[in-house]
Amino acid sequence: MRKLEKMKVIESVKRLCLDANFTLNGNILKKISSFKHTEESPIGKKILSQIEENSSIANTEKKPLCQDTGLVVVFLEMGKVIVDFDIYDAINEGVRRAYKEGYLRNSTLKHPLNRENTGDNTPAVVHTKLINADHIKITVAPKGGGSENMSRLKMLTPAEGYQGVKDFVLETVTIAEGKTCPPIIVGVGIGGNFEKSAILAKEALMRDIDDSSNDEIAKKLEKELLTEINNIGIGPMGFGGSTTALAVKVNTYPCHIAALPVAVNLQCHSARHKSVIL
Amino acid sequence: MKILTPLTQDQLKSLKAGDLVYITGTIYTARDAAHKKMVDMINNNQPLPIPIKDSIIYYVGPTPAKPNEPIGSCGPTTSYRMDPFLEPLLKLGLRGSIGKGARSENIKELLNKYNSVYFQAIGGTAAYLSKFVKSSKLIAFPELQSEAIRELTVEDFPVFVTYDIYGNDLIKDEINKYKK
Repeated sequence: MRKLEKMKVIESVKRLCLDANFTLNGNILKKISSFKHTEESPIGKKILSQIEENSSIANTEKKPLCQDTGLVVVFLEMGKVIVDFDIYDAINEGVRRAYKEGYLRNSTLKHPLNRENTGDNTPAVVHTKLINADHIKITVAPKGGGSENMSRLKMLTPAEGYQGVKDFVLETVTIAEGKTCPPIIVGVGIGGNFEKSAILAKEALMRDIDDSSNDEIAKKLEKELLTEINNIGIGPMGFGGSTTALAVKVNTYPCHIAALPVAVNLQCHSARHKSVIL
Repeated sequence: MKILTPLTQDQLKSLKAGDLVYITGTIYTARDAAHKKMVDMINNNQPLPIPIKDSIIYYVGPTPAKPNEPIGSCGPTTSYRMDPFLEPLLKLGLRGSIGKGARSENIKELLNKYNSVYFQAIGGTAAYLSKFVKSSKLIAFPELQSEAIRELTVEDFPVFVTYDIYGNDLIKDEINKYKK
């Protein structure tokens, strides 16, 4: 088996943090630009143009897209490689270097109640998964506080079913209004249990913005919810309009006969995530 | 429309919800932690580090400035978190606040009562907005890092009047227009 180099993990995480904060993925930009053509509100159109201009400045000048450079979320997919060091330490070292060298904001606190800043934006929140492959995959997603704050989870009853899920997602987006920095991406996790549904919703946000679910029910939900969300009228940055969401992503998992967990994780228009395979 | 700080009563009266306004002059940054500290100071009868009367507070925690740049990226943070701290500042004559998103229902009444305006800058366009900040000076609470109070000199900083002094609400009006 191949041995993984610690330095490679540190450097990769650092690079991903910087790239994610400076450069919006091209397909997200394309999506914003296509919605600009259909946006009904004049203010809404202007806001979408300002988002495009912001992305161009950020990319050219290597300046963060958003002042909220996020709490760093990492999806670590571990294949068959030898790791003779603490990989979580290496990930945090990468975060530490990126936030210092890239002039990124430290938004992570030591304790949720004493509110003291850690000073280097560590620790990251790391989700680890074992995969049957000869490599590891690291996805870095700095997540802003505004959209995360408006995310919700509910344990529905099985009787509430398909319509209950839709109502909960629409209610979540309606309550959030402009606070989540629309146009948003809506990640929905359905099934599993309490904590699994939340992870499903976060994982859904990592999907390609242009894809749709392979599961027929989830695919139908994604399509219907996108239309219905964009009919609420919230619009870009909540100033009113027809572009509230760029995409809805639904991930599902088997669940208990008594349960119907639903989690809705909202992602602002600064949808930052980058991956690398080592 | 261009406006200069400090805001005059005439300027305040002329601002209507929906106006795109370009602010030139001095504004102060403060977000969650700095607001808590300021309101604690007011409650303890201590003097505040910034002049509140006729001033504008910008809810922002900028990224660190690169060498030779006045400021890092500096877009607005969500305003409703500052709602519990607003009235004590309004009582001292705060004339404007800049942030993003709708605020609690009682805020419009408070702005009407104390003659103050709520502006929104476009959230998530922080690199763009940094272009309108000409200088930044740390004034208080350096231990709060990005949440410290800074004095910003801005030139034509673009914001939308969201709640004016007459109780109008840009957010509600516009969303209703596009609701299907």
